[in-house]
Amino acid sequence: MNLLSLTAVELGKKIKAGEVKVEEATRAALKAIEVKEEQVHSFVTVNQEGALKRAKEVQKKITEGALTGPLAGVPVAIKDNLCTKGMLTTCSSKILYNFIPTYTAEAVLNLEHAGAVILGKTNMDEFAMGSTTETSAYGVTRNPWNTEHVPGGSSGGSCAAVAAEEVFYALGSDTGGSIRQPSSFCGVTGLKPTYGTVSRYGLIAYGSSLDQVGPIAKDVTDCATVLEAITSYDKKDSTSIERKEADFTSALVDDVRGMKIGIPRDYLGEGLDSEVKEAILAAAKILEEKGAIVEQFDLSLVEYAIPAYYVIAAAEASSNLERFDGVKYGYRTKEYQGLHNMYKKSRSEGFGAEVKRRIMLGSFVLSSGYYDAYYLKALRTKALIKQAFDQAFAKYDILLGPTAPTTAPKLGASLSDPLKMYLGDIYTVSVNLAGLPGISLPCGQDSKGLPIGLQLIGDCFQEKKIIRAAYAYEQSRIYQHSPLADQ
Amino acid sequence: MNKEYETVIGLEVHVELATKTKIFCSCSTAFGSAPNTHTCPVCTGMPGSLPVLNKKVVEYAIAVGLATGCEINQYSKFDRKNYFYPDNPQNYQISQLYLPICHDGGIEIETQAGTKMIGIHEIHMEEDAGKLIHDDWEEVSLVDYNRSGVPLIEIVSEPDMRSAEEVIAYLDKLRMIIQYLGASDCKMQEGSMRADVNLSVRKLGSKEFGTRTEMKNIGSFKAIARAIEAEKARQIDLLESGESVVQETRRWNDEQGYSYAMRSKEDAQDYRYFPEPDLVPIEVSDQWLQKIRGRQPELRDQKYKRYVEQYGLPAYDAQILTSAKKLADLFEEAVKLCEKPKKVSNWLMGETMRLMKEHSMDPEDIAFSPVNLAKLIVLADAGTINGTVAKEVFEQVFANDIDPDQYVEQKGLKTVNDEDALRKTIAQIIEDNPKSVEDYHNGKEKAIGFLVGQTMKAMKGKANPGMVNQILKELL
Repeated sequence: MNLLSLTAVELGKKIKAGEVKVEEATRAALKAIEVKEEQVHSFVTVNQEGALKRAKEVQKKITEGALTGPLAGVPVAIKDNLCTKGMLTTCSSKILYNFIPTYTAEAVLNLEHAGAVILGKTNMDEFAMGSTTETSAYGVTRNPWNTEHVPGGSSGGSCAAVAAEEVFYALGSDTGGSIRQPSSFCGVTGLKPTYGTVSRYGLIAYGSSLDQVGPIAKDVTDCATVLEAITSYDKKDSTSIERKEADFTSALVDDVRGMKIGIPRDYLGEGLDSEVKEAILAAAKILEEKGAIVEQFDLSLVEYAIPAYYVIAAAEASSNLERFDGVKYGYRTKEYQGLHNMYKKSRSEGFGAEVKRRIMLGSFVLSSGYYDAYYLKALRTKALIKQAFDQAFAKYDILLGPTAPTTAPKLGASLSDPLKMYLGDIYTVSVNLAGLPGISLPCGQDSKGLPIGLQLIGDCFQEKKIIRAAYAYEQSRIYQHSPLADQ
Repeated sequence: MNKEYETVIGLEVHVELATKTKIFCSCSTAFGSAPNTHTCPVCTGMPGSLPVLNKKVVEYAIAVGLATGCEINQYSKFDRKNYFYPDNPQNYQISQLYLPICHDGGIEIETQAGTKMIGIHEIHMEEDAGKLIHDDWEEVSLVDYNRSGVPLIEIVSEPDMRSAEEVIAYLDKLRMIIQYLGASDCKMQEGSMRADVNLSVRKLGSKEFGTRTEMKNIGSFKAIARAIEAEKARQIDLLESGESVVQETRRWNDEQGYSYAMRSKEDAQDYRYFPEPDLVPIEVSDQWLQKIRGRQPELRDQKYKRYVEQYGLPAYDAQILTSAKKLADLFEEAVKLCEKPKKVSNWLMGETMRLMKEHSMDPEDIAFSPVNLAKLIVLADAGTINGTVAKEVFEQVFANDIDPDQYVEQKGLKTVNDEDALRKTIAQIIEDNPKSVEDYHNGKEKAIGFLVGQTMKAMKGKANPGMVNQILKELL
């Protein structure tokens, strides 16, 4: 039996039943990483020794009956922008090439309490800025379905690791689609929770008002289970919200009868690949056949989401990334004259091109004289977008559409034209601007054999509705393993 | 020529609040510990760390706002002020720009010219920075983040002051209010109160403001007064010689008695303020505000009135005793214990002031407890010790906060009331000093003083002076 083809929950059951030892599962995953990394390069750091040591500890607790949860003993990979105590955390940036945190991010701690074994830290776009995982300072990650293609980003490493079956599930972060878009490109399932559901404490910030941590896995059941484990009200994060009814797994029911599903017409318009459109409409049809009421409607302001997002995210990023200055930790330039020169050279050498681009953009929109015209206007747009969604959710339980306009592009095709790359975020960024939950799950392949992702969007705190619809849809198809998974 | 000009001054006063923990984390705010021992991921700007607001900071800021007649913004927000400097671990300071907690207040000051209202534009909350230490021996600078994240309020006045005297009166009043509230100890030496002075001059009668300069972080009231005089003269000189004042930040060197330009407006930084996304807006409910209002202590003006009315103290005494919260607290505590307001006042106004002056101390530096002062007063009042001994014991109370009961017992300082012993001693003194006895009988009243002195000396100062006098006269 190939252990790695199991879902996290399936493995958890076998461990609980004593059919599989935690160490065995951990060794199998480490072996898969060893074999596949050369082709996929999902990881920045593999925690080989630590994982094996931890596997033994967790096994002991499970045997003693101290750990009984569904994820106890299941190995996981963590995106490299989540702090892990004693384990290198780089954000895939040269500027944090030697940064070892003194504490663990709250979301990761929650997983550890649930008995997770951390296999390592996954590659990403530098500081989560990018849609391809090509802006990493530690090399590109490749798509397990076709290694000539990108895995998407910025949580490309996490999604590729799950799709390549190097690991059972992973954590990612989503600021403008960074969980959902690579999930779509890699044919896996990824969920971005309502803003405030998962603590941001220990998540190295990109756009603080938009960032959320979420699960990436093979199926909806795993996502709901992991979300349940990482959800917590954390007093260390002022934007954390005390969630009532966080029993997300209770929504794993194959029943969408009477559920009202709206498809924003603008999500099917110009720029959408026809094969993607066909797959999305086919998925909608299946939900309709299962008893949902599906209709198309006009969601206004869609075209303003991308400019508003890039202004707000870049503005926050320009400030959030100021702390990386060569003074306290991370990269410092070798030779310099005086403080100013040290700052300038350390940051110029430590950050990559895309990060610099967004720092400059963000600094510009916050400059005196431009603040009102850009930043303030973007904030107002954000509020209006939220209103548009409020109106939509007055009519519909959930919204349905594509996660991305196309399937995964070829390596190198996006970076040459950043504006085009930004436009690829059209269906995902507004969800972050409005703080909504969204899930991406596989709904077929295009003629090149690349996965297509279906996105379901819920109102704030309505994760259960999208989980229910996603689960119901998932029952109509069989999970497709990537070619790399089968090796 | 100075008479043709008017000086216009506004102040930005930073006050470190007396919270036990920092504004955005639970590290201690204690002063003077080993470098970087009161730090955590939050106040050292570690990646992924997040700020959480200390509610006590909001309460202190509101308390100061209420005591200075400000309006309270019940919906207030934090903003980020971005600038690079190593004492600022995140390279941005969390402060308030767009919606500060308090605004539009003012306090009344008193000068030779009478009373005057000085407007307060706003009070906002922010975090302090760490401290840079430049090592002269090695080519390095070190940074201590113990102070990073210590809560501050910045009190921004209107440009309502016209002289150094008004500025000092304003600062004094502000300090008193804040001390009374317990919101800060306002020690300029330790940096818990710091003032930036914005100053411009204009022709008398002019409605327009002149170009202003800002002098940062001046260390004492006296230095502020000197800096104002010098800057005023400098600006007038410039204008008189046909030059113009440049809007700039200047640093005052108090030893040398001059200021120099640090940076001009052209190099002024663009702080790129924007709302702090890691904190939620501060919503002060009516109930919360009411609770803070209810907890406001008696302030100086009310206290002064009460001392005169309730305790019957002379206005002068009441004025001095209420001039520092420390003195007023001592007074009230001691009165509560011994119920002798005038006596307590006398000890504070007399011996305490004398010793403070001798050691050049501020009222805040007083270290003795009201309990021991009260005990001393009880001892002296009951005649258990005489006046001379009482002063001696008080010096010990002042210096070491000793327990007067124990001290008097151990040192055997109790007044001797044993009449037989006293008679014996006095008889011996009379026998030993025939000349003085003769002088006394010849009508030289002074001679008795000498004999009293000799008796006291023989009794090691512990004799009851009334009894000594009585027995002496009797035996003579």
